[in-house]
Amino acid sequence: MCDTASTNEFAQKLDDYIDSLPFKKENLIGILHYAQEIYGYLPDNVQWHIAQKLDIPSAKVYGVVSFYSFFTMIPRGEHVVNVCMGTACFVRGGDKLKDELENQLKIKAGETTPDNLFTLETLRCVGACGLAPVMIVDGKVHGRMHEAQEINEVLAKYRPES
Amino acid sequence: MDIQLTINDISLKVPEGMTILDAARTVDIDIPTLCYLKLNEMHYNNNIASCRVCMVEVEGRRNLASSCSTPVASGMVVKTDSLRAIQARRTMVELLLSDHPKSCLTCAKNMDCELRSLAAELGVRAIGYEGVESEFEIDHSSFSIVRDPNKCIRCRRCETMCNDVQTVGVYSAVGRGFETVVKTAFDLPLSKTACTFCGQCIAVCPTGALTELDQVDKVWKALNDPNQFVVVQTAPAVRVALGEGFGLEPGTIVTGKMVAALRRLGFDRVFDTDFAADLTIMEEATELVHRIQHGGRLPLLTSCCPAWVKFFEHQFPDLLDIPSTCKSPHEMLGVLIKSYYAKTLGIDPKTITVVSVMPCVAKKYEAARPELAQSGEIADVDIVISTRELARMIREASIHFDHLKDQEFDHPLGESTGAAVIFGATGGVLEAALRTAYEVLTGETLEKVEFEALRGMNGIKEAVIPIAGRDYRIAVIHGLGNARTVLEKIQAGEINYDVIEIMACPGGCIGGGGQPYHHGNMEIVAARADAIYREDRAKPLRKSHQNLAILGLYKDYLGEPYGKKAHQLLHTSYTGRKKI
Repeated sequence: MCDTASTNEFAQKLDDYIDSLPFKKENLIGILHYAQEIYGYLPDNVQWHIAQKLDIPSAKVYGVVSFYSFFTMIPRGEHVVNVCMGTACFVRGGDKLKDELENQLKIKAGETTPDNLFTLETLRCVGACGLAPVMIVDGKVHGRMHEAQEINEVLAKYRPES
Repeated sequence: MDIQLTINDISLKVPEGMTILDAARTVDIDIPTLCYLKLNEMHYNNNIASCRVCMVEVEGRRNLASSCSTPVASGMVVKTDSLRAIQARRTMVELLLSDHPKSCLTCAKNMDCELRSLAAELGVRAIGYEGVESEFEIDHSSFSIVRDPNKCIRCRRCETMCNDVQTVGVYSAVGRGFETVVKTAFDLPLSKTACTFCGQCIAVCPTGALTELDQVDKVWKALNDPNQFVVVQTAPAVRVALGEGFGLEPGTIVTGKMVAALRRLGFDRVFDTDFAADLTIMEEATELVHRIQHGGRLPLLTSCCPAWVKFFEHQFPDLLDIPSTCKSPHEMLGVLIKSYYAKTLGIDPKTITVVSVMPCVAKKYEAARPELAQSGEIADVDIVISTRELARMIREASIHFDHLKDQEFDHPLGESTGAAVIFGATGGVLEAALRTAYEVLTGETLEKVEFEALRGMNGIKEAVIPIAGRDYRIAVIHGLGNARTVLEKIQAGEINYDVIEIMACPGGCIGGGGQPYHHGNMEIVAARADAIYREDRAKPLRKSHQNLAILGLYKDYLGEPYGKKAHQLLHTSYTGRKKI
C-alpha cells in the first residue's frame, strides 16, 4: 500500500487538506485524524511532514500521537477488530471474548495478523451495553458474542472467499 | 486590584493574579517546590504543577491546592504548615522516590540533586511505597548531553526551556499516565535531532536525568601519558564561576588560583582562551570591514557560540552565508597550539593533547566536528570539560583550592586584554569589537571604552554607533528564541543591521550549560557578569589590537588578519541540517 505513487498521492491529499484549513497549528489533532484515515497509521515520516508543514516541533506532534490511544504508529490490517473492555462488556465476558479472538487470530491484542488482514485492539465502551459483550469490526457492532462458533462466523465474513 | 488574604495567620494584600506561592514569598513564607521554576530574566515559567509538592491547605476547599499554580482569591485563608499539608508533601516526595533509581551515591547530580535535597528537607526517612522502576535506555549518543529517562520526574522543566526559551523544541512529554516520560521526537537519539547542545536543559533539570557527557577520565588519562604534551586553555567565563564549586561567593574572581590548580593537576602549559578572543576580534573586525567594502551580505553574525551555530544550521539553512566564518576562540587557540606553538617547540602536533575548560557543553560537540581539524585528522581541540568537571578534578586531586597562591598564564598564548575577558558576558564580543574598530577606523584613541547599551540581561539590545562618519547598526542577542525572532525579521527583510552578536545561553557564557548549577537563582549569573567587568577594568590593556602577543603572532606566523594563512587556520564553514 506504500508504493511511491500512492505515497505521493496521499501526501498531496494531506497537504491539500492542511492548506484548506484557516487555522493550522490549532488543528493538529484534526490533521492527525485525517492523516491516519488516508495512511491507515501515522509513521514517523508523516508526523515529521505535518510538523514541517505546521512549523511546530516534531517532538510535539509525536507527543500528541503517543498520548491518544486512537492514534497508531504501527500499520493496521485491512480490518480492525475491537473488543469492548468497558464495565458492562467486561462483567459479561469481554475478557473471554478477547481471549477467544486472540486464539482464533493467533495474535495478541494490539497486533496484526501476518497476512495483514486483521488488527486486534481493545477499547472502552461504545455505548452498546445492552448487547454486551460486543466486538466491533470496521465500525460495525456485533453483540452478545459468547460462542467461539459465532465469533468464527463473524470473522469469516471479512475473510476473502477462497 | 489588590487581593486581601491570610497565609499562616498573616494578613496580606497582593496584586490580583498572583499565585499563592508568590504571595507567601512576599511575607517570607517559603513553600517547598520541585517542578516549579520561574526565571524572570529569561521569560521562563514552568508552573505545570506536575509534582504536587507545593501543596497547601485552603480553608473551605476539600482538596489541597498546588500553590505554584493556584491564584489568590479575596478572603482566602491558607495554611502552608498544617500537619495535613506537611504530610501530603512528604507523601508526594515518597511517591516520586518510589520508582526513582536508588543510585544516589554514584549519580552525577548527587550533591546538586533537588529531589535528594528536598527529601532531606522534608524529613523523608523511609519510602513507604514500593514502585516499579522504569527501564528506559540511557541516551549516550551525543558528545554533550547524557539523558537518563529513568531519573526523569516529569517536571517538564527541560521541555519548557527547550520550547519556550530556546524554541528548539527537542523534548516533549510522550505517552500517558505512569508511562509518560520526556523524550525526543520518534524516540530518536539526541544526536539525530536538532538539539543545539546548549545544555540549558541540564541547567534546569532537578535530577540526574540530564547531565553532561563526563570527560574527566579522558583528561586524567592524557595527563598520565608520558608521550603526550598536554595543554589546557580556559574560557573567560570559567574564572568567575569556578570558585562556586568550592563554596566561594558567586562573582569571586579566581583566575590566579585556577591557573595554579591547573599546573598542580599536571598540565604542561596553561594557556588562556582570552588570547584567542583578542585574535577573534582582529579576524572578525577585518571580516566586517571586508564585507562592507566589497558589498558582502550584512548583517555579520558572530560565530563564537557553537549552540547558536548548530541552531542556524538547522533552523535557517538559507542564511548560512551571513554568520562570520571565524572559528570560535578555543578552536582558534587549539589550532594555533598544534601549528604555530608546536613549531616553536619543535614537537609533533600528534603528541599534543589540547584540553579546553569551558562554561559550556556544546563545546564538547563542537570539538568533535570533523571540519575543525587540520587535514581532517589532527583535531584542533581534543577534550572539552565544563567548569563543573574542572571543579571536580581539582577536588579529586585533593587540592585545597582556596589556599592556592595566584599564578600567571604561560606565554605567549596566555596574554590577553580586558576586551577578551568580556566575551564571557552577553554583549562582550561586540563591545570588544567596537573598542578596536573605533581606533582602527578613526586613528583616534577611544577614551571611554565601556559601551553600557550593550550590557545587561535584556534579551535583545540594539544600538547605533557612529564611527568615522558611518552609523553602525548593531544588536546583541542572548537566548535562541530571541535570535529566532530577529532572524525571522531579517529573512522577511523587515529590519537591517550591520552586525549582531548572538549567544545561546541567558546572560551569555556566564550562564552557560556547563557552569556550576544556579538552581534558579539568577543573582548568581548577575554576580558573574559583575566579576567579568571587574576583571576587564583591572587589566592594564583593554583593547584587543594592543595585545602584543597577537601582533607578534601576525608578524611571525599568520601574516595579515583575514589573510591566506589566517583563513586556512582560523576560519571554517557551515552545513545546512534538518529540523527534527
